[in-house]
Amino acid sequence: MSGIPHDHYEPKTGFEKWLDSRLPVVGLLYNTLMIPTPKNLNWMWIWGIVLAFCLVLQIATGIVLVMHYTPHVDMAFASVEHIMRDVNGGHMLRYMHANGASLFFFAVYLHIFRGLYYGSYKAPREVTWIIGMLIYLLMMATGFMGYVLPWGQMSFWGATVITGLFGAIPLIGEPIQTWLLGGPAVDNATLNRFFSLHYLLPFVIAGLVIVHIWAFHTTGNNNPTGVEVRRGSKAEVEKDTLPFWPYFVIKDVFALAVVLVVFFGIVSFMPNYLGHPDNYIEANPLSTPAHIVPEWYYLPFYAILRAFTADVWVVMLAHTITGGIVTAKFFGVLAMFGAIGVMVLVPWLDTSAMRSGKYRPMFKWWFALLCIDFVVLMWCGAMPAEPPYSTISLIGATYWFAYFLVILPLLGVIEKPKSPPASIEEDFDAHYGTGHSAE
Amino acid sequence: MIKRFTLSAIAALTLSTGGALAAETGGHAIHDVDFSFEGPFGKFDQNQLQRGLQIFTEVCSACHGLRYVPIRTLADEGGPHLPADQVRAYAAQNFEVFDKELDDTRPATPGDHFPGSSLENAPDLSLMAKARAAFHGPYGTGVNQFVRGIGGPEYIVAILTGYTGEEKEQAGTTFYENTAFPGGWIAMAPPLFGEDVDFADGHSNELHHEAEDIASFLMWAAEPKMMARKHAGFTGVMLLIILASLLYLTNKRLWSPHKGKKTA
Repeated sequence: MSGIPHDHYEPKTGFEKWLDSRLPVVGLLYNTLMIPTPKNLNWMWIWGIVLAFCLVLQIATGIVLVMHYTPHVDMAFASVEHIMRDVNGGHMLRYMHANGASLFFFAVYLHIFRGLYYGSYKAPREVTWIIGMLIYLLMMATGFMGYVLPWGQMSFWGATVITGLFGAIPLIGEPIQTWLLGGPAVDNATLNRFFSLHYLLPFVIAGLVIVHIWAFHTTGNNNPTGVEVRRGSKAEVEKDTLPFWPYFVIKDVFALAVVLVVFFGIVSFMPNYLGHPDNYIEANPLSTPAHIVPEWYYLPFYAILRAFTADVWVVMLAHTITGGIVTAKFFGVLAMFGAIGVMVLVPWLDTSAMRSGKYRPMFKWWFALLCIDFVVLMWCGAMPAEPPYSTISLIGATYWFAYFLVILPLLGVIEKPKSPPASIEEDFDAHYGTGHSAE
Repeated sequence: MIKRFTLSAIAALTLSTGGALAAETGGHAIHDVDFSFEGPFGKFDQNQLQRGLQIFTEVCSACHGLRYVPIRTLADEGGPHLPADQVRAYAAQNFEVFDKELDDTRPATPGDHFPGSSLENAPDLSLMAKARAAFHGPYGTGVNQFVRGIGGPEYIVAILTGYTGEEKEQAGTTFYENTAFPGGWIAMAPPLFGEDVDFADGHSNELHHEAEDIASFLMWAAEPKMMARKHAGFTGVMLLIILASLLYLTNKRLWSPHKGKKTA
């Protein structure tokens, strides 16, 4: 699978040879697990394993929860309470599933920002990046639909607000919204299709995860220096890399265990910390909550959605030149999807030949600002849409787009990068000294 | 200018630290109560839960329901933990339920749930302690929740003790002024005044004691598996710490030949 030369699986026993000539599954597993991995990977490279764990955790807990859940507007809320009270271990399953979504997004954001800093999206890893972005979009859809299932107040009103966004699309918006909802408003048909898709999409994600892994096993991992593994000969490769098993498996599983200490602490001691209290009130179409707030992991993009109000000059300009087709609401929707769109296109927006941000003196500062921007937007998304939060959201949203559309293309031209180490081996040895058995 | 800046800075600071508190209650203060079940090692006080049950039965249940709570759970460990025969007697004496098979009402059994609210505008109380959460939120007072709980029981205490005695009539409904209720006026008449119930164990029945007892009971009703959960949490976190330590050592040993440091 990998373009890096390394040992391949040799079937030894009679049975292994028999199986290998019919289905080379052992060889596939061997080659996947023994992939030469840059030995200088730092602790930001552990989130992939955490994410894989999250997917398995969500599917496993989800499948059991489904056994006791009823997707019907009159029974959904009560069936969740049934899980919490009557099902053996049901309260732990549900809290793990609900908080598991938060861990999933926490890990995916760190994974994405890792990629953005070390230039993991750059050639030849653009396909890995784009598949990753697709997975992220599917995660957002899955998470959103899952939040609707308990049929609490925030479930119902969140679904109403978010599907309403599609209604903002000119001409075809309303038919699309009706089609998504299965009726004129959020109701039983909506709950049922969301339930069906919430069960389906994780398996689509699992499929894409395999493609994601396939893609970066073809190119090899990026690493903190961004310097490629020398692949002239197997001996050269061995100077730069160590096999994934056992070196990185043990390292990643150790990191996972540390993450799980915190995760399990939250699940057991403050399981409702990240949820909204209103979701313990059954959905009531006649009573709108004072503040409709999405889950924390959508907040940065929710802030971007709300930032572009009718009194912002770009919105007015867009409104005028399109003859009123682009309303403020539609502009907000475009901005929200555009904010993810620019991330998808980053492999072509970043013009710098230097891969890793470690050797880019100016980039570092703009990137740090982007991280702060993300947190500020998240905070704004949780606040009511009024001054000063609306102004801060607008500044934050502007910077988000400026970073991808202006700063990254320009930096590649004006910045003078420092020189990275000649090889991964050199970088590793500079940190840890030469190993005695590596000679 | 500077003064205005300072003022807005203070305002911003107050908003960010007390945001959740102010947002949930419309600016009225909800004071922390040191409940026995808060914090990672907190436990429900069984006697307090039983007193709370008595208040619920004698006062609250006149209007409010508890429809998600099965009566049999009153016998559960980690809850009021009443003897099974007492639960049976309690169900039969206090509640009538409609039985579809009999097509008639009959006395409740432990297998039934508590009835729903008998008054249309009286909310069900099953989840009230989780649906109102004063210290709550990713944008509120942060990890307060870890040590003080979510603040739902505190909100209930604040409502029950927050009546000022003022009344007003609006569109045919009487509203009562309450310092804890969002908006300041609540449609519920003051339910407790102090000395409303007599406890068999001779415990004080002053208003704030009663309020804390019922709040505690409603927290149990909303989160009946809290003690099992915290217990599992303690075991789980301890095992994970041991696992992480062992993996740390394994990892160190595994990598040491490649890192130019001495093997352990």
